[in-house]
Amino acid sequence: MKRKGNDIERPRKVLQGVRDFVRFIASEMKPKGKIWTPFNVISGTIIAVGIVLIAIRFYMGLGAVTNLSQDYPWGIWIGFDVITGVAFAGGAYVLTFVVHIMKFEKYEPIVRVTVLNGFLAYVFYAGALLLDLGRPWNVVNPIIGNSFGLSSVLFLVAWHFLLYMICEFIEFSPAIAEWLNWEKTRRIVEKMTIGAVIFGITLSTLHQSGLGALFLLAPAKIHPLWYSYYIPVLFFVSSIFAGLSMVIIESTFTHRIFHHRIGNRLRASHDDILLGLAKGCIGALFAYLFLKVIELVHGGHWGLLATPMGYWYLVEIVGFVVLPIFLFGAAIKRRNVRLVQFTSFFTAIGVVLNRLNVSIIAFKWYAPVRYYPSWIEIWVTLAVISMELWVFRWVINRMPVFKEHPAAKEAMDDITPVGEVVRWKASAS
Amino acid sequence: MSVNRRDFLKIAGMAGSSLLAGAPGRSEAAVAGVEFYGLLIDTTKCIGCRSCEEACNEQNGLPEPEVPFDRESVFETKRDTSPGAYTVLNRFPNEKDPDNPVFVRRQCLHCCQPACASACLTKAMEKTKEGPVIYNKDRCMGCRYCMIACPQDIPKFEYGSAFPYIRKCIFCYDRLKAGERPACVDACPEDATIFGTRRELLEIARTRIYENPDKYVHHIYGEHEVGGSGTMYLSAVPFEQLGFRTDLGTTPYPEHTSGFLYGVPLVFVLWPSILIGLNYLAEDRNKEKNHEEEG
Repeated sequence: MKRKGNDIERPRKVLQGVRDFVRFIASEMKPKGKIWTPFNVISGTIIAVGIVLIAIRFYMGLGAVTNLSQDYPWGIWIGFDVITGVAFAGGAYVLTFVVHIMKFEKYEPIVRVTVLNGFLAYVFYAGALLLDLGRPWNVVNPIIGNSFGLSSVLFLVAWHFLLYMICEFIEFSPAIAEWLNWEKTRRIVEKMTIGAVIFGITLSTLHQSGLGALFLLAPAKIHPLWYSYYIPVLFFVSSIFAGLSMVIIESTFTHRIFHHRIGNRLRASHDDILLGLAKGCIGALFAYLFLKVIELVHGGHWGLLATPMGYWYLVEIVGFVVLPIFLFGAAIKRRNVRLVQFTSFFTAIGVVLNRLNVSIIAFKWYAPVRYYPSWIEIWVTLAVISMELWVFRWVINRMPVFKEHPAAKEAMDDITPVGEVVRWKASAS
Repeated sequence: MSVNRRDFLKIAGMAGSSLLAGAPGRSEAAVAGVEFYGLLIDTTKCIGCRSCEEACNEQNGLPEPEVPFDRESVFETKRDTSPGAYTVLNRFPNEKDPDNPVFVRRQCLHCCQPACASACLTKAMEKTKEGPVIYNKDRCMGCRYCMIACPQDIPKFEYGSAFPYIRKCIFCYDRLKAGERPACVDACPEDATIFGTRRELLEIARTRIYENPDKYVHHIYGEHEVGGSGTMYLSAVPFEQLGFRTDLGTTPYPEHTSGFLYGVPLVFVLWPSILIGLNYLAEDRNKEKNHEEEG
């Protein structure tokens, strides 16, 4: 009798659970806060028109909406959206290294938001790749097909994008579990974090440099000042300061916009964290500059510096690598957080410049007809960015990204008393 | 110095690749003892009749050209291959003999170690054992990396289509398998384009140069360029005057990325172990710090 009762009760319980879950998700889907804000109106328009443009792109082909040509097969959808976007997503692997591997707990309050940012960057910016592929439905071919192009750098990059997205999802999933109140799941995914972090850093090293290695196959097409066997290493090192400066920029905004969502701990240590990240930026920038100089000396292209492309090269190196080193240095010395934030913008622009130089501007610099993006390409790029920001905001306003889950906090205190010390220090300051 | 480093990476990479899948595969084209078929194009014999273009269009079901085949005005501008034209003929002035301009055919050179095939992540571009570099359209995802990689800018993309493919000369691969020569070879009235194995063609080309040392420049384009190609050219005037790129070097293109690919298994083995080690040390450090603070 008893067993029978259980059998009837269990499906009912499950059904009730599913019903509650659906109701919860439905209620969370509703927008919070004002709808008709200037940001919403502008970004909403960009997205709405962007979707129409994307529809036209799939209906008419790439030629109808882009300025791509037989000479320039890759435009800003690859050069900016994918290649630059992924560099900016590098903050996630750097910070997980600092916090989960090196155990610098000072940076712990910003890990979640950085991983979220990284994950969304991969979903949207690497996802923008699908817009650029001629036959996007075949994107699964190198993953599940029987056609593995093992000698292709792009094969490696494609696989690593996929695997790294899974890693980042695992790294972020404790926040999702807390949001859904799935305590058991949270404990399981929490344990998977360190494995995901180690695998994720390895994957990031390889695909950040792999994006640079793509261009190793075009030695005769890229200007000698930008082509070098160091491209993979340069891409990797620059992804460190690209990622870190993006973390600083992002926190500058989120700190103002999502003030109500931010926990006391992060509020107290925010300036300290930014100054620390700036130090990391200097280190990476300096290593990058050093490699650039070695490459210039080895390549023996001094003479090319006195050409128009050479001046452009100097703008990139002196203006956006050397100058940020000095600015960050001054900011750290004076503990000037404002200057750190300003310099981060500057550094980020330098990264954009570098990626566009390698993939577009110095690519076929000799071509009689150069590529300039069409307004549609720019619009769609803005639409992709807007969509990412919408999803980012949706997650921030619902999941415990900045605040710690009370249970997690207790659990953390049990495992690592160090956290307690840091927290005590932070609250005292 | 750099050779040592490369050798080290190769050895280390091979050791790693036996442990891990996804390691770089050796280019099939590098296997010794395979006789690739190719074409020898003697630009001194070409009369610019465009029979090769016509035969090519017919063979591949390509559309009619913008300028009809019998119209000489077509040579007033320099043309490039396109999704609708796998081979095009261009006219260049002849400094040696101004009355006889030079005609040069432009199409896929079918490199011995093709950049496009090593760039392709789905093996849509494929170097066959017979020599032609063919295109398996069903595998292609349209990423256009082959176009970035090709030193001769041969693969062309159908930008105007919602279901686009890459288009280029595939050496009439079906005809070759049926024991026939490529359509353009059969169509050439002057034997300016001849067909054979790469070894035979090189012998013929050298013989022509030796027998007419004043007529030809002493260079066979495609013998060594980017590691050699199936289609090779002879010319009476320097190749750079005929629109050829002479700055490509002799290194096969796949070798430009092989160093990086050999490093991949290295990172896969070293990084996790280093990271685990660092993590262990960091935890130790934090524990000690705690003890100090508590004590």
